[in-house]
Amino acid sequence: MIFAVLIPLLIACFIPALSKLKEKIHTGIFVFFIPFLIFLYFVTFIGNDFTPIMEHYNWIPSLGINFDLYLDGLSLLFVLLISGIGSLVVLYSIYYLDKSERLGHFYVYLLMFMSAMLGVVLSDNIFVLYTFWELTSISSFLLIGYWHFKDRSRYGALKSMLITVFGGLSMLGGFILLYVVTGTTSIQQMITQVDFILDSNYLPLILGLLLLGAFTKSAQFPFHIWLPDAMEAPTPVSAYLHSATMVKAGLFLVARFSPIFSGYEAFFIIVSVFGIATLCWGAYMSVRQTDLKAILAFSTISQLGMIMAMLGFGTKAAVFAAVFHILNHATFKGSLFMVAGIVDHETGTRDIRKLGGLATLMPITATLAMFGTFSMAGVPLPFLNGYYSKELFFDASLGLGADFWSQTIPFLAVLGSIFTFVYSMYLFFGTFTGKKHLDKLPKKPHEASIGMLISPIILVVGVITIGLFPNMVNSSFLQHAATAINSSVTYKDVTFWHGFIPPFKMSLAVVGLGTVLFLTRKKWRGVYQVLPGKVSFNHVYDSILNRIGQVSNRITNYYMTGSLRTYMSLILGTMLIVSFLFMFLTDGFAFSTNELADISFIEVAVVGIMIIAAIATIYMNHNVAAILVVGVVGFGVAILFVIYRAPDIALTQLVIETITVALFLLCFYHLPKLRKSSDTPRTKLMNAIISIGFGTLITLVAISSHSSRWFESIANYFVENSKPLGGGYNIVNVILVDFRGLDTLFEIAVLGIAALAIVGLIKYKKNKEAE
Amino acid sequence: MYKTNDLILRTTASLIAFILLGFAVYLLLAGHNSPGGGFVGGLMTAGAILLMNMSYGFKEVRKVLPINYVKLIPAGLAIAVGTGIGSFLFQQPFLSQTYGYFHFPIFGEIELATAMIFDLGVYLTVVGVMMTIILSIANDTE
Repeated sequence: MIFAVLIPLLIACFIPALSKLKEKIHTGIFVFFIPFLIFLYFVTFIGNDFTPIMEHYNWIPSLGINFDLYLDGLSLLFVLLISGIGSLVVLYSIYYLDKSERLGHFYVYLLMFMSAMLGVVLSDNIFVLYTFWELTSISSFLLIGYWHFKDRSRYGALKSMLITVFGGLSMLGGFILLYVVTGTTSIQQMITQVDFILDSNYLPLILGLLLLGAFTKSAQFPFHIWLPDAMEAPTPVSAYLHSATMVKAGLFLVARFSPIFSGYEAFFIIVSVFGIATLCWGAYMSVRQTDLKAILAFSTISQLGMIMAMLGFGTKAAVFAAVFHILNHATFKGSLFMVAGIVDHETGTRDIRKLGGLATLMPITATLAMFGTFSMAGVPLPFLNGYYSKELFFDASLGLGADFWSQTIPFLAVLGSIFTFVYSMYLFFGTFTGKKHLDKLPKKPHEASIGMLISPIILVVGVITIGLFPNMVNSSFLQHAATAINSSVTYKDVTFWHGFIPPFKMSLAVVGLGTVLFLTRKKWRGVYQVLPGKVSFNHVYDSILNRIGQVSNRITNYYMTGSLRTYMSLILGTMLIVSFLFMFLTDGFAFSTNELADISFIEVAVVGIMIIAAIATIYMNHNVAAILVVGVVGFGVAILFVIYRAPDIALTQLVIETITVALFLLCFYHLPKLRKSSDTPRTKLMNAIISIGFGTLITLVAISSHSSRWFESIANYFVENSKPLGGGYNIVNVILVDFRGLDTLFEIAVLGIAALAIVGLIKYKKNKEAE
Repeated sequence: MYKTNDLILRTTASLIAFILLGFAVYLLLAGHNSPGGGFVGGLMTAGAILLMNMSYGFKEVRKVLPINYVKLIPAGLAIAVGTGIGSFLFQQPFLSQTYGYFHFPIFGEIELATAMIFDLGVYLTVVGVMMTIILSIANDTE
């Protein structure tokens, strides 16, 4: 199984080389075999006696992150969808994409995506699942932005990336909490520890974070906004990612974790409510669109909402219907996207207002579209698979409970389905019947090449086969998938005719009301001026993005003024506040007069002179004066060193001070004139507060550290060993060159670097105007 | 322009410079047992050369002392690092110092320490650094 996951990635490495041959052989032909072989491999697992398989591969065992693959009915369903529709999409893309496109890029991204998707549905380890989850986001981002020279493509790619990665990151948070609660990273082992999870205080948080991941990925209300914009991708990508596979990853996640949350009522309520809302809103908005792919995008949103709602109902019938509809939706939606691509390819436009009357020109395409749209609408005909799952959906929505809200769900389901019917009919009749506007079309339409038609034909044949023999897929295949979600699901016979029961009446109502609404749609179009009217989630998204940019811009501009003085006061102010707070909170200030030496008159005199000089420095108006007054402080320090019996340091301080003053005088011509400070009184006050505060802080810290001596100093060791070990009486020098020679070595290195830097600054300045 | 007459300055400067240089060497050599050492010695030497420069002008001094001070920096650093590496030869950790007493014909018994060589490295580096900085700033014509 691991090969199935990794082979697409491996092959993707060779695609760039193979794509060099594209003038002779279309790169897609090489790619086609990969999903097809994977499909054949997984088909062998189908059968009535299927049992789940687990495979272990070590990855990061120390963190519990292992490449564990788990194949049960649910993953098998998804794996077959991914590889099966993947092969068809590659086949379709061979004829759809011209050889002048960057085929190498396209197929590398597509194979990356395929690998990622297989990894998502097969992983048993939550962190591996997350890794692949993000890889689907990234590869989908690349695919949506495939025509990167278009603004809309880049916008759509960024939008989908931001929204799905936001969800993915939340999901990671949920996973980490799950790991903390259960102590395991394996989903199957978590299912055995359901009690721990249900008792945990984190349960609402875990649920919320996981659902955020699932809802963003599966384009649930109100995160659905990225999907219509993702339609800027090439049509094979839309067919594959945005109808059959990636958008179902969220459904997969919800289904996968259903056994864990099945004991928690909020899970069902939230999932159903969001599912129903998405169903209705998506279907409602779809009728408004004029672009074929936009209609399909909203239709996808709505259908995903329907499946999500069924997962949320959580009853046996609902879970079975959900699984059934995942399969059905993938077949008819895939074919419809391909049909839309064909129409686009042959006429040059996807705008339904310009299209019409194509049935006679493109009969095969029209037939395919008819099966797809009618199946999507759930028209009660015995050869359309969409009808079966829709009827099961109605059936599931009926038996939920007796309270008011449960009673409204069937009505909402019917409402959503009516709009589904309307847009399906609109899609088909608007494109293929009515008046022809051949003069408005960029190209002269004709039937597509056979290669392009193969894939939709296969999918439509699938629609009809499942429609005619629904039980064929059920017992051997879907039953296992449903059992993986809800272990109490048993085999259920799906037949066309159950008698004149409520679900059938609901279907009839949908068809009847839907027909009326479809025929009168021009009359009630004005409704869209009221709802959504000005309400647009795209607008919300755009303004959030804008606002984030503006606010962070404003914040950055506020404190990143470019003035060193501001940064200095920010740094010092922060240090002041943090240190003072810390010292006060920990009761750190200490004051003891125990070990104080006597003060002599000369010390007082020298310090007095230094204080006067230091204060005077601030008020100096001239460079030279300021330098000399600073020199006074320096020489005062040297005298203090003499008083405190540090002859080496006093010597050094004296010479250094002399040379520094000489240096200052050398630089005299280059120094800027001291300006009168032009600060406002407020900044002056701030500066005064900060500098006085900082002086106080340092003084207090110094006194405190002197007052609290915790252990003996090591000075005695140096005093005793300077002669015996170092061979010198000058303890300072022995420490500098012997005991702590390394420090000295690096200090002279610092001096050397400083000198070289000055040489570099002065001799090698190139741009004299540069600031 | 006018020509200055700084005879007294120049005469005393040469005298003082030699005293300074001598004192600097004393500081360098005496550092192990009394106040001083490579750092102060280096600074004092730089001070002496600076004094010569101030009284005679940069051109004149360059004729007398044709030293490229920038090269003193790596030379000093190399000596300092070299004494550190040298201790590897005797299978000692980096920068281990030792000392011993030796008998010389004229000076008698003298203490010699490897720390002295390290101090020499410090001395050369400090002279090089100080002079490089001063000369580059002073000769900046911009």
